[in-house]
Amino acid sequence: MKEETTKLSAISPCACESPQPPSRRISMPVYLAAGIAALAVWWLVYERLEAVAAFFAYGVLGMKPSSHLGEAVFFFIYETPKVLMLLTLVVFGVGIIRSFFTPEKTRAILSGKREFMGNILAALLGVVTPFCSCSAVPLFIGFVSAGVPLGVTFSFLISAPMVNEIALGLLYGLLGWKIALLYAGTGLFVAILAGWVIGRLKLEKHIEDWVRELRVSAVDLEDMKMTWHDRIIYAKDAVKDIVGRVWIYVLAGIAVGAGIHGYVPQEVMASIMGKGNWWSVPLAVVIGVPMYSNAAGIVPVVEALLGKGAALGTVLAFMMAVIALSLPEMVILRKVLKMPLILIFIGVVASGILMVGYLFNAVVGLPFFVN
Amino acid sequence: MEIKVLGPGCSKCKQAETVVMDALKEAGVAANVEKVTDIMKIASYGVFGTPAVIIDGEVKCVGKVPAKADVIKWVKK
Repeated sequence: MKEETTKLSAISPCACESPQPPSRRISMPVYLAAGIAALAVWWLVYERLEAVAAFFAYGVLGMKPSSHLGEAVFFFIYETPKVLMLLTLVVFGVGIIRSFFTPEKTRAILSGKREFMGNILAALLGVVTPFCSCSAVPLFIGFVSAGVPLGVTFSFLISAPMVNEIALGLLYGLLGWKIALLYAGTGLFVAILAGWVIGRLKLEKHIEDWVRELRVSAVDLEDMKMTWHDRIIYAKDAVKDIVGRVWIYVLAGIAVGAGIHGYVPQEVMASIMGKGNWWSVPLAVVIGVPMYSNAAGIVPVVEALLGKGAALGTVLAFMMAVIALSLPEMVILRKVLKMPLILIFIGVVASGILMVGYLFNAVVGLPFFVN
Repeated sequence: MEIKVLGPGCSKCKQAETVVMDALKEAGVAANVEKVTDIMKIASYGVFGTPAVIIDGEVKCVGKVPAKADVIKWVKK
């Protein structure tokens, strides 16, 4: 067997994780330099976006600055490259983080953990573990068969879609760290609490029987060790994959945001989604639950709503309700969970979100949040 | 050669099947490719993430779409 001095794949044993190896090995310093240069270019372009967008909307297209259409068009032209650029950066960064976590590792960490400690760990892991909602069921089965308590499993299942790292990154980029932190904190809180409550209710008998009767041990592929080169490829592929799938939702979200920004008057927003009325939070949750949007797509809508003076708690509740519970996921979960458990799951999560909404409408006047 | 591609049917699972078919064509290897979508059957293989690929009874990949180069490597063995 001829020995190739430039063979890359010797370092990454697991077939799944190894990317197509390039013929020459790029060294770390080169990567670092390229990375810094790319970031610098990104930043320069990003800073100029607002000015360029204004030029385009008002100068080139001749829109009038305070007109409804003008505002909407400006919003759209400004936000589209802005959100897409931010999305690319965030997905890349998140990809690097995710390369450190796999469902198998998560399963190993959570098996045998007691309630509460387990709920907290599960919620935290749910945020960083790569999770495709079609693997919700295999994952669930895997957890249950590894002896992870039901409540802990649910904390994971709730935090994974609810505290979406991409949405987190976008919120940070568009609305600042306070709002991003709020979102992450309350999402984790709801995941931990809801999972714990479900655990306390002792609903194990509502798991479909065939799951509990499953007597298979998990197939464990050898531990994959990724080099930094592998991680960068992984993150790059994630950008291609996710941005490629999500850009259309983002555009739709921006279009909706543009409409809100340009056409909905401040008073209307304040009256429907303002703090003044008690029914805005439940309404937001009720509207949000049956809706499903990609997490990235909902962020521009959130931005527009907040910009128009909607109450923070109401908007947060709306956003969480939209992304935490999705009909496709419920349909899939029906294969492993009996109806009562699914309904309780939805109910507990919705209640948690409701609580968060009210809580934040109440505290938003406090100095910490006045941006 | 018996290849099973496991997945309930989301886009990633379909992608995995496409990658496997392409790899087989490129490698010039003939194999019987079966798509397993039933959750119960998938679980019975001890597989807890989808998509997944099993070749001749051996689990090769769990939880992600395999790279075509890797599939080619596996089928050529």
